[in-house]
Amino acid sequence: MLHKFSSSNVSKVRSSESGISRRSFLITSAQSSAGLVLGMALPLSQAQAKTESAVATTKTFTPNAFVSVDSSNKVIITIKHLEMGQGTFTGLATLVAEELDADWSQVECRGAEANTEHFANTMWGKFQGTGGSTAIANSYSQMRNAGATARAMLVSAAATLWRVPVSEISVEQGEVLHKSSGKRVSFGTLAELAALQKVPSSVNLKDPANFKLIGRKVPRKDVGKTSGKAIFTQDIQRPDQLTAMVAHPPKFGATLKSFDASQAKKVPGVEAVVAIPNGVAVLAKDYWAAKTAREQLSIQWDESKAFQQSSDDIMKEYKALAEKPGLLAAESGDVDKGFTEAAQIIEAEYEFPYLAHATMEPMNCVVQIKAGANGTSGAELWYGAQIHTGDQMAVAGVLGIKPDQVKINTLFAGGSFGRRGNSHSDYVVEAVQVAKAHGKGVPVKLVWSREDDTQAGYYRPMYFHKLKAGLDKSGNLVAWQHRIVGQSIVKGTGFEGMIQNGIDHTSVEGASNLPYGIPNKRVELHTTENQVPILWWRSVGSTHTAHATESFLDEVAKAANKDPLELRMALLKDHPRHSGVLELAAKQANWAAKRAAGKSVGVAVHKSFGTYVAQVVEVAKTGEGYKVEHVTCAVDCGVTVNPDVIKAQMEGGIGYGLSPALLSEVTFKQGKVVQSNFHDYQVIRMKDMPAIDVHIVPSTEPPTGVGEPGTPVIAPALANALVTAGAEREYRLPLKTPLV
Amino acid sequence: MKLSLNINGNQQEVDVDPNTPLLWVIRDHLQLTGTKFGCGMALCGACTVHMNGNPIRSCVTPVSSVQGQSITTIEGVTESDLSKEANAVVDAWEDIAVVQCGYCQSGQIMSATALLKQNPNPSDQDINNFMSGNICRCATYKRIKDGIKQAAQTMQIAQSESDLFYNASEENVAHATTDSEGVNHNAA
Repeated sequence: MLHKFSSSNVSKVRSSESGISRRSFLITSAQSSAGLVLGMALPLSQAQAKTESAVATTKTFTPNAFVSVDSSNKVIITIKHLEMGQGTFTGLATLVAEELDADWSQVECRGAEANTEHFANTMWGKFQGTGGSTAIANSYSQMRNAGATARAMLVSAAATLWRVPVSEISVEQGEVLHKSSGKRVSFGTLAELAALQKVPSSVNLKDPANFKLIGRKVPRKDVGKTSGKAIFTQDIQRPDQLTAMVAHPPKFGATLKSFDASQAKKVPGVEAVVAIPNGVAVLAKDYWAAKTAREQLSIQWDESKAFQQSSDDIMKEYKALAEKPGLLAAESGDVDKGFTEAAQIIEAEYEFPYLAHATMEPMNCVVQIKAGANGTSGAELWYGAQIHTGDQMAVAGVLGIKPDQVKINTLFAGGSFGRRGNSHSDYVVEAVQVAKAHGKGVPVKLVWSREDDTQAGYYRPMYFHKLKAGLDKSGNLVAWQHRIVGQSIVKGTGFEGMIQNGIDHTSVEGASNLPYGIPNKRVELHTTENQVPILWWRSVGSTHTAHATESFLDEVAKAANKDPLELRMALLKDHPRHSGVLELAAKQANWAAKRAAGKSVGVAVHKSFGTYVAQVVEVAKTGEGYKVEHVTCAVDCGVTVNPDVIKAQMEGGIGYGLSPALLSEVTFKQGKVVQSNFHDYQVIRMKDMPAIDVHIVPSTEPPTGVGEPGTPVIAPALANALVTAGAEREYRLPLKTPLV
Repeated sequence: MKLSLNINGNQQEVDVDPNTPLLWVIRDHLQLTGTKFGCGMALCGACTVHMNGNPIRSCVTPVSSVQGQSITTIEGVTESDLSKEANAVVDAWEDIAVVQCGYCQSGQIMSATALLKQNPNPSDQDINNFMSGNICRCATYKRIKDGIKQAAQTMQIAQSESDLFYNASEENVAHATTDSEGVNHNAA
């Protein structure tokens, strides 16, 4: 969801020495100071380790910011990425435990606090954050190194203890062994001595042939989620905490004129009503009091500068723009000549609405502002933080403090899909503004209702696509033109560096890099502006580019009288990983098999975030409509770290993509969001979920992410299947073809 | 207003507005945070608890209406041996790795447990009908369905083993093989 943060925006970030905080009982002996992290786990200096071990109250071995072994033989792994359901606790811990030769049952995970020195995303420079399906990709070497470093020091400790050469020592499932003498010792017993060992300057990583955990299904480490014990932001209850709810403007861009809180203040449990830049906040002892009081507020808004458009108006503008050439995003060959020489030209247009992320846990954030001698001395936050460094900067900006005075405790997120990784830090800033306006220094939990979450932004932008293809006499695809119209997600944010030559990469990704071997290709972009707040949404540009390109390719196949799978395979002969997933999905789905009357299949293939996914959807025509019977999914994400997590992400990605394919849309009427809750912002439910089989392409390529790439492929594969089954081609999502 | 509630077998006193939804009494007053807030309109099922064993949406249930009733939350239902359905469901959930973000899963488990109590051997259609009030935005639906089926099977095997044990001790093994519900269900 996120890409690279421009360095100019992070240069303000100071190094943080605050380190581990709320759960410091886990790591008592050692904490590194600032240093450089360059794709490596940050080692503690020997002197530091010695000093700190000497004063440690529990005998804990903490060779770097990621690994800690305590005397009770627990291996605590600090996970620098937000666990939002994608399985990163399990994935990153697997990498550490593999090289450490830990026993999986002794491993526990904790979310990393904000600390750019230790926990930066190595693909984003000096910036801590989760997104763009980068967790495994950017941590693969780093986490393995962290585990291998710890292992080497445990081995060194055992060698010292037993006075034998390091070469005679082995490690198996959390025990250090000297096989010839039969001696064995647990990690926990060695912890104190290991902390005194020299941190190796380099370590050898395992030959993949010797992997014991990587490549296997292991139980997930984001535990407590089947007993109600896992703690989400919503569950935080600090002493003296107040719950805050904000009355937001009815339209984006409207401002507060005046308000009367006299009735609201009469609601039992209400502590204060304060104005903030984007509305009026009620602070109360609990949610119900805050909600009841908010309904009693009388507010006058100034709508003179507010957004006033309806979705239809916007689409009309977009369609008009698409008639004109846009900025060039990609070009190869001579497109105009290609079209002039073409024997047949086909065109199509595809429309996409705004979409809400609709995480199960509506947005929320707990903040406590701390007063010092000279004003605010810092702030501590508890929430499902996704872009820690950006949030620290934003909070620091509101409070006039330094980013490293902003302490962030990272909790589980009840879903994100891009929403919590907001470069405007919107809900985090709002929580801080409420706490600041209240000014009492107590913890404040900002809670959005479902209605707030649906109506207060941020959204996947609306887009309009216009495509044109030229075929020669034999039906070969000789020219391709693709125009995209929509808002830029990164413009005006810290990620603006992703705009090059006026092209926001996130608007065209998946289209500008279309893999098909077409001699003359051109992709153009019209970037629009309005007041609707927008954001990346699981798989970002691919949410719309995959649907437009893959639906249109089926239309090309139909015009050329070719099998959609064969056409793709022919056009992908120079792209073995694309054709690899296509071939696997087609084989597993029995693409070529004769099907019973009324049953048919559709296919789509797409690469996003370095991962290749193909899906074959089988639908059946019934009396009342069409039934989605089965999805066969093939994925190539390089080295398989955990096959079950990959499968779970493909299943979930397909499910997430089915909602906008079939049901979801946010629309505007005269500037107001029409939808408010799950009755009108509909999402798929159990009855809508097809059977899914996932097949993984074996690979030795570096591992890439799986959180997003399953999502964009399902809508076009489904749409293509419906057309093959006899439905009319539709040019707008969500589809209207009746499904049963 | 002072109210007396039976939550997870404990009688508890709370002093709240009687119109307060049960959800917020459970969460904000009794600090049982396993039950989640998702929509406030009984549309998503994240707040599902049991009232006398039946699933209800606590976000739209006024607390005054549950006085004298037996309320069970996720914390109560997953305590060991409290419910064989819940134990089977949680075991299946862990085994299959159903959970992703986990926020809806308390509600999913409460609904699944209630389903199995009512219908120990649900068909796909039964599961679709019963579980479609519970939204999962991670779309773990496939695994939830698999989990319910696995839990049903576990319960049937346990039942048939216990029947066998009981009948064997009665020296009536032959009867058990034809009479065991579990055997019939497994064959089905």
